[in-house]
Amino acid sequence: QLGGLPLVVTAQVDLLLVLVSLLAFWTRLSHLSYPNAVVFDEVYYGQFVSLYMKRVFFIDDSGPPLGHMILAFGAYLGGFDGNFVWNRIGAEYPTTVNVWSLRLLPALCGALCVPLVYLLTLELKFSHLSALGAAVLLLLENSLIVQSRFMLLESVLIFFVLLAFFSYLRFHNAPSSLSGGTPRYIWLILSGVSCGAVVGVKYMGLFSYLLLLVVASLHTWKLIGDKTISHRNVCVQCVHRVLCLVVVPVLLYVFWFYVHLSFLNRSGPHDQLMSSAFQASLQGGLSRITRGQPLEVAYGSQVTLRSSVSQPIPCWLHSHKVNYPIRYDNGRGSSHQQQVTCYPFKDVNNWWIIKDPGRQQLVVDTPPRPVRHGDVIQLVHGMTSRFLNSHDVAAPMSPHTQEVSGYIDFNVSMPAQNLWRVDISNREAESEVWKTILSEVRLVHVNTSAVLKLSGVPLPDWGFRQLEVVADKLFKAHSSSLEWTVEEHRYGTSQEQKEREAELHSPTHIDVDRKISFWAKFVELQWKMLTVKQEESEHKYSSSPLEWITMETNIAYWLHSSTNAQIHLIGNPVSWGVGNLSLLAYQLLAVVYLLRRRRGLKDVPDGVWDQFVCLGCVCVGGWLVNFVPFLLMDKTLFLYHYLPALCYLYLLSPALLEHAHTHLLRYRALCVGALAVLLSIFLTYRTFCPLTYGSPELSAHQLQGLKWRDTWDILYRRR
Amino acid sequence: MLVAGLSFSTRLYKLTEPPHVCWDETHFGKMGSYYINRTFFFDVHPPLGKMLIGLAGYMSGYNGTFPFIKPGDKYENQNYWGMRGFCAVLGSFLPIFAYLIVLELSNSCTAAIIAATLLIFDTGCITISQYILLDPILMFFIMAAVLSMVKFNQQRYRSFTASWWFWLVLTGINLAGALGVKFVGLFVIVLVGLNTIGDLWRLLGDMSLSLVDIAKHFLARAFALILLPLILYVTIFAVHFVVLNKSGPGDGFFSSAFQSRLIGNNLHNASMPEYLAFGSTVTIKNLRIAGGYLHSHWHLYPEGVGARQQQVTAYLHKDYNNLWVVHRQQDNNSQSGNPDLVRHGDIVRLEHKETTRNLHSHLHEAPLTKKHFQVTGYGINGTGDANDLWQMEVCGGRKGDPVKVLRSKVRFLHRATGCVLYSSGKTLPKWGWEQIEVTCSPYLKETPSSQWNIEDHINPKLPNISLSVLKPNFLEILLESHIVMFRGNSGLKPKDNEMNSKPWHWPINYQGLRFSGVNATEYRVYLLGNPVVWWINLASLGLYFTMVAVASIATQRGFSLGQQRIEHSLVLVRGGGLLMLGWLLHYAPFFTMGRILYFHHYFPAMLFSSMLTGLTLDILFRSADLLLHPPYSYWFQRTGQLLLLFSILYSFYLFHPLSYGMTGPLAHEPGSAMAGLKWMDSWEF
Repeated sequence: QLGGLPLVVTAQVDLLLVLVSLLAFWTRLSHLSYPNAVVFDEVYYGQFVSLYMKRVFFIDDSGPPLGHMILAFGAYLGGFDGNFVWNRIGAEYPTTVNVWSLRLLPALCGALCVPLVYLLTLELKFSHLSALGAAVLLLLENSLIVQSRFMLLESVLIFFVLLAFFSYLRFHNAPSSLSGGTPRYIWLILSGVSCGAVVGVKYMGLFSYLLLLVVASLHTWKLIGDKTISHRNVCVQCVHRVLCLVVVPVLLYVFWFYVHLSFLNRSGPHDQLMSSAFQASLQGGLSRITRGQPLEVAYGSQVTLRSSVSQPIPCWLHSHKVNYPIRYDNGRGSSHQQQVTCYPFKDVNNWWIIKDPGRQQLVVDTPPRPVRHGDVIQLVHGMTSRFLNSHDVAAPMSPHTQEVSGYIDFNVSMPAQNLWRVDISNREAESEVWKTILSEVRLVHVNTSAVLKLSGVPLPDWGFRQLEVVADKLFKAHSSSLEWTVEEHRYGTSQEQKEREAELHSPTHIDVDRKISFWAKFVELQWKMLTVKQEESEHKYSSSPLEWITMETNIAYWLHSSTNAQIHLIGNPVSWGVGNLSLLAYQLLAVVYLLRRRRGLKDVPDGVWDQFVCLGCVCVGGWLVNFVPFLLMDKTLFLYHYLPALCYLYLLSPALLEHAHTHLLRYRALCVGALAVLLSIFLTYRTFCPLTYGSPELSAHQLQGLKWRDTWDILYRRR
Repeated sequence: MLVAGLSFSTRLYKLTEPPHVCWDETHFGKMGSYYINRTFFFDVHPPLGKMLIGLAGYMSGYNGTFPFIKPGDKYENQNYWGMRGFCAVLGSFLPIFAYLIVLELSNSCTAAIIAATLLIFDTGCITISQYILLDPILMFFIMAAVLSMVKFNQQRYRSFTASWWFWLVLTGINLAGALGVKFVGLFVIVLVGLNTIGDLWRLLGDMSLSLVDIAKHFLARAFALILLPLILYVTIFAVHFVVLNKSGPGDGFFSSAFQSRLIGNNLHNASMPEYLAFGSTVTIKNLRIAGGYLHSHWHLYPEGVGARQQQVTAYLHKDYNNLWVVHRQQDNNSQSGNPDLVRHGDIVRLEHKETTRNLHSHLHEAPLTKKHFQVTGYGINGTGDANDLWQMEVCGGRKGDPVKVLRSKVRFLHRATGCVLYSSGKTLPKWGWEQIEVTCSPYLKETPSSQWNIEDHINPKLPNISLSVLKPNFLEILLESHIVMFRGNSGLKPKDNEMNSKPWHWPINYQGLRFSGVNATEYRVYLLGNPVVWWINLASLGLYFTMVAVASIATQRGFSLGQQRIEHSLVLVRGGGLLMLGWLLHYAPFFTMGRILYFHHYFPAMLFSSMLTGLTLDILFRSADLLLHPPYSYWFQRTGQLLLLFSILYSFYLFHPLSYGMTGPLAHEPGSAMAGLKWMDSWEF
């Protein structure tokens, strides 16, 4: 308002901002390549970085691919070739690995969070002093520093969340003049892009994104109620917001997967989890085997049948020259016919021949007669020539289902029941004709209308611990354990058993090319990521969400191989306390304000009230959405999951203090108190620095002194 | 009246069919019998529902002797109709309540009739009301609570009159009833709570009321909706504990102190040696609530789970395998004369009586809690190794203190590794018979999980004294039984091969539940909603959202609407909002639950959804004049209503065998009476 001053003010702002940014870069980036060893979850993310470098396909159920890609990009810049075995925490990096570049991008993101918080506080319409306070709280938070300095994803997540909120508020606060609309919408687009990145880094980001959508829709709702704007203008603005904040993030999210899938085009360790069609699209692996197979399964085809479920492990329909035992251990009898199992390895005994029940021959006609949906076939085991058979005998491990066997006629009035009807369950998407790899087929037993099913139970020793295959009467739709796909396939040419055996042992040939679309791959990968459950395992440093609020727990990240130098994820206890205190204070204050306003007592003017509400929506709301979901989660959780929520508290504290100071308690003591708190925050930061940076090494006694809580687990090396 | 008549006749028709135990009748019928026999049992639900079933059985002359072993058992000549009839009568009230609620909320008879029709002719609601189950009782209380809440809301301009108080108190009583039947009742409590908060908020903004008036309003509601239900709820438990005073199958779930209340339990007026001595045979119970007895059996840990030695677990039931013998470090032979007492700090060896293995621990990780060490049974006939030695400590004791039976809390410290015997409370997988994991914890904090007490104590060489053990007071019993119930509830995890129904299946009527009968020859009852009704409900949920969105945007943009239109949108937002909230509260929480879920959990939510349908469709029909001109819009309204009625009736005619029983071939076979009605592959009738 003072005519001549704006220039000076601007210079001051920049100086502060530049100062905190420099400090942030210094705290986050100095000595980045120390320790020169694998620290904590680097061991986990590192393997994916290596796979990116080698362009080998993988699935990680912990999050979408953007985070991994960012880490891999850092590695790429440093010329990392992916040749490092990530097998244990504390393993030294060889000199060929550029550790600095591996850790650079997360550290940069972590450092940029500090100026972002500064700017965000300004956008929430609080003063530069508050902004400085928030930035300092973030700057001197030991846990954030630790988390930023290694190849981990939390700092990236926090960065994008803050950026999304900042740019949205920038957009919202910008004057909505009709002429100068373009730069304003750049902020909105930036916000949408950051939202896409937030969700792309970790699934937890989804909650922050939803919060932003809620805030945005509240603002839009006000806009709709504004009767000074024309109907057309309102529509246009709403459409803009929906485009930028909904469509852009969704497209970006898909785009990350697009990049992910087009990068990773070689087969690798996780192939087996995916469908045959997916695997065939990867270089090496299955596509090497299946390239050149005939597409349509015909009478006389020699095939291997893979079960569509990969639990407990992927496997192929199998039989071998051993019969079911006459009596099982529990006294039940069996048919004593040849065993049919599901076998998790490639084997010549996995080959089956499709036979027309009406004809004797086992070779393919010219031209081939393809098998269609609804056809009745017989399946002949290639090596033993037994027919796939099922009958009303209880299966070995799942007695409520029918046994499946290779039929042997013992002359005990047990006739062969070996007709199977082909039921192609994805015929709408694919075709009526049974296709290699693409068709998912149910084999329905004609006599009993039971369906061939992988029960997944391992057989005892007599079945060589292979998996049990049964025929199940219950016809439950959409159960993938009922479905089978043809994986390896060729047209049989030899009628004689001996020749056929030789043929089965030889590799396949003939040339056809096939591809599945990106969408099919995307949907399958996404579905697998959400449904693949990793083994529930408790970790030594895992903790429950309620322990995070009071920081009852810490995580040891790294311990020097010979000395006491170590790195821990421990927050700054003082700032932690300040954050909790302000959270409580805000809620109390909000309740009091609300009740009094309802009775018509307005303690603060409407503008200030709006500012106060907006602060609460962003900060308290942000804390809630980043904390409450963990309470309901059934996963192994760690202290670092709390860091995003913590940032919101640091954003809240100084702003709330300013609010209290300007509107409620105009005491000088408050300022002095705030200074004292800042000073003690700085001192505790200094105290915990050795555990944050891993140097200097402390003596056992000094370490004991840092154990401020009994529940913290600090390591001592016995000398 | 018509609604009531139809409702009762559909529910009571063919009530006694089939004359055998159906589905969960095996549990709840059995528990009803326990009340008649006054035998103590354990269940994960609060007792009111089962008490009422027991009462109904008692009144109708059932003598509590039928064992209810498994579904399909014939009742022969037992009087089971009383219990079924009681549930069916309560179930018949649901459409009536729905009618009244919708009438209150929308002031439209048509809406109320639609809602009631949907419920009367829904096969699912009929089936679930016809058997001895908790659900009809629960839904009765839920609907009654909502009805009295709505009635109470209508009394807002007659504060503190008799009818005001009547409906307020009635709400409170019904809330207690709902919670007393199943914990699902909590959701309706939340609904009423939110409604009350909204109500108070409105009062607070009413500047004509003084703060004192508001305080009065607040206190009245706090009394009727918090205090009163709480008192009633506690009373229900008091009755439960007074009635069930005989020992029964639920004893092992509770602490030693709790068990001493039960007639017939070996701890009731027990007499046993007072101090633990070497050579005694004991059972050792974990102090965590529902902690179980230290247990072992002949089975070994499977390959890949630590060392392949004998399993040691915690087991909730009383069993010979819970017996352990306390030995000195070395000698195995019993001494003559008076045995020495075990004192604080003594080194003991615990030998499992059945298998003569020693309690053993070593530096292998425990099966589930990976931070702890594994505990096994090792050695035979007393020979073992140094890892079998445990130091016995009395909590808060000093060196030389003897160990009191039942009263001392003791800990077992492993000599070699320094860890403490611990029960993690996690359920072992199938190989461990779903018993509870026992580990040796390196963290020496004193928690109930690492503390144990000696419960049974047999030593013929010591004199028995009568133990007047500290009888627990009522609050302790109440708290303990609740913790045990919650543990039990969260412990109901789906087993490997079991069918688990997912919450998203429910509104689309994806898959039902078999109440009785599997094969073609049996009398089959299948719990499945009338698909037409359920899909109408589903569609109107979407319709409701669209209509509310249109209405509120129109209001927010300030379009001028007619008087009638404004009324409609108010009904939609207020009344519909309440029902929508009810639906959400009774449905959404299931998505976060880890326990095993069944189709019937959706029924309370379905009631709300049906009421919402009535309200939404009625307003949709009435808004026909937005598109059509007067005579046509009236015709449209009538045709719509008739069409709706007809389709519901016809679909009920088609699907009624689901509730009233089918015999003959299954539906996918052409000869069946239900042929062609298997609209979804996942239905299993």
